[in-house]
Amino acid sequence: MTSFPQVPQAHSASSLFDRGTLFFKPSLGRNLFNSICTSIAGLFATIAVLPLVLVLLYVLVQGGRLITPSLFTQLPPAPGMSGGGIGNAMIGTVVVTLIASLLAIPIGVGGGIYLSEYNRSGWFAQVVRFCNDVLAGVPSIISGVFVYGLIVATRIFFGQSYSAMAGGIALSVLMLPTVIKTTDEGLKLVPQELRWGAFGVGASQVVTILKVVLPAAFTPIATGVVLAIARAAGETAPLIFTALFSPFWPEGIFNPIASMSVLIYNFAIMPYAPQNQLAWAASFVLVVMILAANLLARWITRVNRT
Amino acid sequence: MSSLSTPAAVPESPAGAYTLRRRPMSEKLLDGGFRNLTMGLAALVATVLLAILITVFSGAREAIAEFGTSFLTSSAWDPVNEKYGAFTAIYGTLVSSFLALLLAVPLGIGTAIFITEDIIPSSLREAIGLMVELLAAIPSVVLGLWAIFVMEPAIRPLLNLSHKLLGWTPFFNTVPQGPGMAPAILILVVMVLPIITAIARDALNQVPIELRQGAYGIGTTRWGAIFNIILPAAISAIVGGVMLALGRAMGETMAVTMIIGNALNFNVSLLAPGNTIASMLANQFGEADGIQVSALMYAGLILMLLTFVVNVAAQWIVRKLSLRY
Amino acid sequence: MTSSNSLHQTAQADTCMSLQNVTISYGSFEAVRNVFVDIPRGKVTAFIGPSGCGKSTVLRGLNRMNDLIPGCTLKGKVIFDGMDLYDSRVDPVEVRRRIGMVFQKPNPFPKTIYENIAFGARINGYRGNMDELVERSLRKAAVWDECKDKLQESGFALSGGQQQRLCIARAIATEPEVILMDEPCSALDPISTLKIEETMHELKRSYTIVIVTHNMQQAVRVADMTAFYNAEAVDGGSGKVGYLVEFDRTESIFNSPTQQATLDYVSGRFG
Repeated sequence: MTSFPQVPQAHSASSLFDRGTLFFKPSLGRNLFNSICTSIAGLFATIAVLPLVLVLLYVLVQGGRLITPSLFTQLPPAPGMSGGGIGNAMIGTVVVTLIASLLAIPIGVGGGIYLSEYNRSGWFAQVVRFCNDVLAGVPSIISGVFVYGLIVATRIFFGQSYSAMAGGIALSVLMLPTVIKTTDEGLKLVPQELRWGAFGVGASQVVTILKVVLPAAFTPIATGVVLAIARAAGETAPLIFTALFSPFWPEGIFNPIASMSVLIYNFAIMPYAPQNQLAWAASFVLVVMILAANLLARWITRVNRT
Repeated sequence: MSSLSTPAAVPESPAGAYTLRRRPMSEKLLDGGFRNLTMGLAALVATVLLAILITVFSGAREAIAEFGTSFLTSSAWDPVNEKYGAFTAIYGTLVSSFLALLLAVPLGIGTAIFITEDIIPSSLREAIGLMVELLAAIPSVVLGLWAIFVMEPAIRPLLNLSHKLLGWTPFFNTVPQGPGMAPAILILVVMVLPIITAIARDALNQVPIELRQGAYGIGTTRWGAIFNIILPAAISAIVGGVMLALGRAMGETMAVTMIIGNALNFNVSLLAPGNTIASMLANQFGEADGIQVSALMYAGLILMLLTFVVNVAAQWIVRKLSLRY
Repeated sequence: MTSSNSLHQTAQADTCMSLQNVTISYGSFEAVRNVFVDIPRGKVTAFIGPSGCGKSTVLRGLNRMNDLIPGCTLKGKVIFDGMDLYDSRVDPVEVRRRIGMVFQKPNPFPKTIYENIAFGARINGYRGNMDELVERSLRKAAVWDECKDKLQESGFALSGGQQQRLCIARAIATEPEVILMDEPCSALDPISTLKIEETMHELKRSYTIVIVTHNMQQAVRVADMTAFYNAEAVDGGSGKVGYLVEFDRTESIFNSPTQQATLDYVSGRFG
């Protein structure tokens, strides 16, 4: 690199600092420190993705090989017996999640609309937002305890104690904060000009919100709702003593109902291998459903961005 | 509407073509009604929170009257003699969540740095980010199943080794026999890692590019910039995220219940079975009756207060300590 | 190249940095191509031109700040201190320690004013009296009077113009040989701009300065040499590619340019 005679060699502009060549010196303290830190961060990132890989691997291998048609059509076997399926638990998960969604989505979207469109920074909105954040932090088991105390113990529904309805309500308590938050924040992303445009042609506020603003915020709200449903479908703690479990096919929404997550819990801690196997199979179905929902949410976002 | 393209030919609207120049009463009512409806739905959130507090508190009243504050310090959990104290579970909740955080915080922040600071190609960064997010989506109960049948048997030799080497300290003085505090802590690490990573990643991504350029412009190395400029600028959001993760770890139920052993007796050893408030509730609530239900509600109330304090502190930190840049 | 006659004229002077056939691309898109410039030592060199002509891109290429932009690559040579800065053996951190930079938007660190100066000096291994260095740097950047009573306050406590001069002080505290300034006054009011221009006149006694500016009056006021860049549409491409039109003494560029495009630009006919 000395073939540039027109460029004079460096004069020492400063005596205060140690100036060496411009070449990279790997043995320099700061460069050593740099590579050590980078390696540590890389190691940490590897450790962070390792559990997902291992969990997916075991669920897919252990659960995947049990996937047969009878798994979807039969009832679970009695303790100690083998064979059978998880048909009732699959239906139960769908029923309970559906109840939760039907409750949480209208309430959450409505509440989110109020926070974003009617009262962005008033004291009442601040209180609601604070309560929503606190509710989001309430442990899932507490929502089970709450519904147990409110509905199961009081036998409020036709004298029934444990029921699919109670389970659905417990799950909806968990879904609600997520739905409100994503609606509130999704609507806030809608540019103000769009609202002015609608008001400008004489639209009322209801029409503006329902026909202009809400459709414009569809993507983030739909994404948040799909993720909330996916999370609810995998929840166990709120269901253990609300929906309970049932070895039979569902008998309406005011009776105890099986669900895949509770089935996994019950069967995982049983000392019988066939039950353990069914727990893996149910995990497979549940994980595939939830990952599919997550990828769907991502897809919604991507499709609407382009 | 096709006549719009030739403005000259647009005919005048016939008189009375716009029938809604004056808003009908029904529309005004609808406007007000919708507002009140959404307001009611928003208020429902506060109502639900209040109802949870009231339900749990009124359920716990009997136990509060019976055991008072000794409930917090007594480790007796004796359904036969109806003597209840939640110290074992409170201790287990605090120890398991703090130790899990201690392991998860460096892992999560290190991962977040690795996938935000242009160390690896962006496709790989996104892949790692996606995997960490998907890990957060795996249901707790599935992780519990995995912990029972895969993780715990796999780490047993390590736990045995720690007993052999550190068995002279009270924290490792029992022989590991399956479920226990240590595997529960590890599964908690797996569960809170995605939260910390996701929040730290967002916080680091929000540090403005100008600040990075400024740091590199005066000749810092990558890690010089990260430790001196970028992490301090993002610290409030990261601390807030860590607090949220702490709240989540305290309330985490299923995976912990399945692997912690649900011991009723107090034991300081991490290799012995333990208990947390959440796992105690999951384990006993269904079969409890009489004052045991009330005692469990009392424990649930304590758990609620713990997570409430942690979550409010998290929000406060994010709001008050955030640096302006 | 249209700039080749002026290149010969300046090559005899004491050259500090030399760009030799530099082409910078973002991915497959060329932002600026075939630039030859010899930047003289101890002078102020201005890069002017319409937006999108690649002048800031070239400036960032001078201390490898473009490394931070994914997909940005540079072809050609940037000779500094007898060495090609883009040689694979060169440490970009070392480069930036000797070629400092002031950015378009004031970007003080979220630290105290004192620490904003001391941080850079410390990582550059400064062993002298830190208080003295902080004062000297702030004085050189003409912001000492405003700062001396609040050295322990946040850098954000200053006004925009003061923040920018703090950033200049931060850059000169590390005693680089060259200071690059990327439209340093574009976010500032006229009075702050004037102060920073005065600062630059002081600084060019000890430093080589390269400044990108969209303000032609500023180039006339501060620069000894001026490089005019322009952008042209390329066949088949969607965007425009920047190129160097003319590089000469500032008076020549503004009073007797050799290129029609330069004349049109400096007389305000486009841009």
